[in-house]
Amino acid sequence: MSAIETNDLTKEFDGLTAVNSLNLKIEEGELFGLLGPNGAGKTTIIKMLSTLIKPSSGSGRVAGYDIQGERDKVRQSIGIVFQDISLDTELTGWENLDFHARMYGMEKELRKERIAEVLKLVSLEDKADQFVKYYSGGMQRRLEIARGLMHYPKVLFLDEPTLGLDAQTRHVLWDYIKELARREKITIILTTHYMDEADYLCDRIGIVDYGKIVVLGTSKELKEKVGEDLISLEITGRASSADSVFEGLDGVLAVNIHDNTVDLSVKNAEKRIPLIIETSRRAGIEISSVNMRKPTLEDVFLHYTGRTIRGEGASGRDMAKQDMRNRRQLWGGRKK
Amino acid sequence: MMKLINLSAIYTLWLRETKRFLRAKSRVIGALGMPLMFLVFMGKGFSKASLPGLPQGVNYINYLAPGIIAMILLFGSMFAGISVLWDRQFGFLKEVMVSPVSRTSIVLGRVAGGVTMALSQAMLMLIASLVMGLKTTVFGVLSSLIFMVLLSAAFVGLGLAFASKMEDMHGFQMIMNFLMFPLFFLSGALFPLSELPVWVEKIALLNPMTYGVDALRATLIGVSVNPLAVDALALIFFCTAMVGFGAYLFESVEVD
Repeated sequence: MSAIETNDLTKEFDGLTAVNSLNLKIEEGELFGLLGPNGAGKTTIIKMLSTLIKPSSGSGRVAGYDIQGERDKVRQSIGIVFQDISLDTELTGWENLDFHARMYGMEKELRKERIAEVLKLVSLEDKADQFVKYYSGGMQRRLEIARGLMHYPKVLFLDEPTLGLDAQTRHVLWDYIKELARREKITIILTTHYMDEADYLCDRIGIVDYGKIVVLGTSKELKEKVGEDLISLEITGRASSADSVFEGLDGVLAVNIHDNTVDLSVKNAEKRIPLIIETSRRAGIEISSVNMRKPTLEDVFLHYTGRTIRGEGASGRDMAKQDMRNRRQLWGGRKK
Repeated sequence: MMKLINLSAIYTLWLRETKRFLRAKSRVIGALGMPLMFLVFMGKGFSKASLPGLPQGVNYINYLAPGIIAMILLFGSMFAGISVLWDRQFGFLKEVMVSPVSRTSIVLGRVAGGVTMALSQAMLMLIASLVMGLKTTVFGVLSSLIFMVLLSAAFVGLGLAFASKMEDMHGFQMIMNFLMFPLFFLSGALFPLSELPVWVEKIALLNPMTYGVDALRATLIGVSVNPLAVDALALIFFCTAMVGFGAYLFESVEVD
């Protein structure tokens, strides 16, 4: 049985298609990433799968249960960490977990045992009795992840788990996520628009754009699809004549020239650099710098969507959300 | 199938609200401020005045106290219902909505929490009234509790109904001014309704507060306009209708 299976899952908002005939299959125990820019439809996918909103058409199964016909069973089988904090900041960390456990009908003994267990998993044992409003952003995130795990879900959704956190906190959080994927043996689906996050964490990645999965595979597979290593040469003077020089050179698959930069798509780049430099010198092309890199998910994204993931600024909606977060902090700080 | 009435979930929701309430002491005291001033200043200021329409042998503080208790029930309960908006704004509503608990149970948990809060505020006000000179009996206080619960539940339900349809807290001030104050002034809490124009008095018959105030007077000071049974039936009707209405609208709430 697959952990997640969707069949032409679609969601429209006022004629706008947020998710377009999604067909997705995620196996049990996978750490799966939905990678895409803001507004690509990632969160809408998560919301449909977690029964928060109803699909316009199509169907889906989570942990074997139908997301429309068996909503309660789906809810019992999943844990979610939302994009925005959804804790009660006036309660302590322990009380937030206790609330959750009771809502999911866990017995007293199990409740206590499990709370201690998940707190330990995210290293918050010492902070359990503090009010959540005094937690840092990273601690709140960790508490939410702990809460999502409380009721032994089969599938855990993490919607942009490190959004708005500083780099150091993100890395700490990544390690927690990796650790829990290993220890809890559950399926994890995370959405992100951070390439490095998807790359570091996920077994498989689906790149989402305009409500569709444009390409899917392991990070390695995706990069291989884009192909080869990239060598960038910066040239003194115009590079327009360089075309004929590099075209057809042994191991060079494609040449791309703009302004005074020459981009070469090359197999086994590190072995070709001497040859390329040698050839340039002979052709009288003066190289001021050489840059070689392996393809990244950024290149994969560019290749399949024709845009960079940071191409567009934050959407109005995201800015509204950010604004909300700021205001919340203001309130949180002011209230006693 | 998920249980429609999930007692342990209702208890959990109640427990959370009670904890928050007990910790927010400044809010509790703050909510008591205005009604307390009404009680003290109007009670003292009008203590010697002879108001037309006041029943024979009832002094103003005895007449006023049940009205002020009803006032705090109205404000406290409505606020408790609408405070779902805070949960929405702070994101916690999502945590509640995604749990395997029926919407009906969520509403009932909310009502239980709101009633508890409003009732404890009403009890504090009752003590203040006793200090101010209210004369009542233990039996009177105990039987008034039933009506306080009904009145409070009705307004928590109404508050929930508003919260289900409102996006943010901005409409809250409007509800205060255009709904809660008219409900309060048109209830006979401060003066007998018989002194108002007849058509206004008719409108007051549609106001749940009218019956709440009257029932509290009947039980606490033994004086009322309607027979207690009429007040009781009206309150049961309003309570069922408004909690039902709140639950109905809450059913359609989507969180994002």
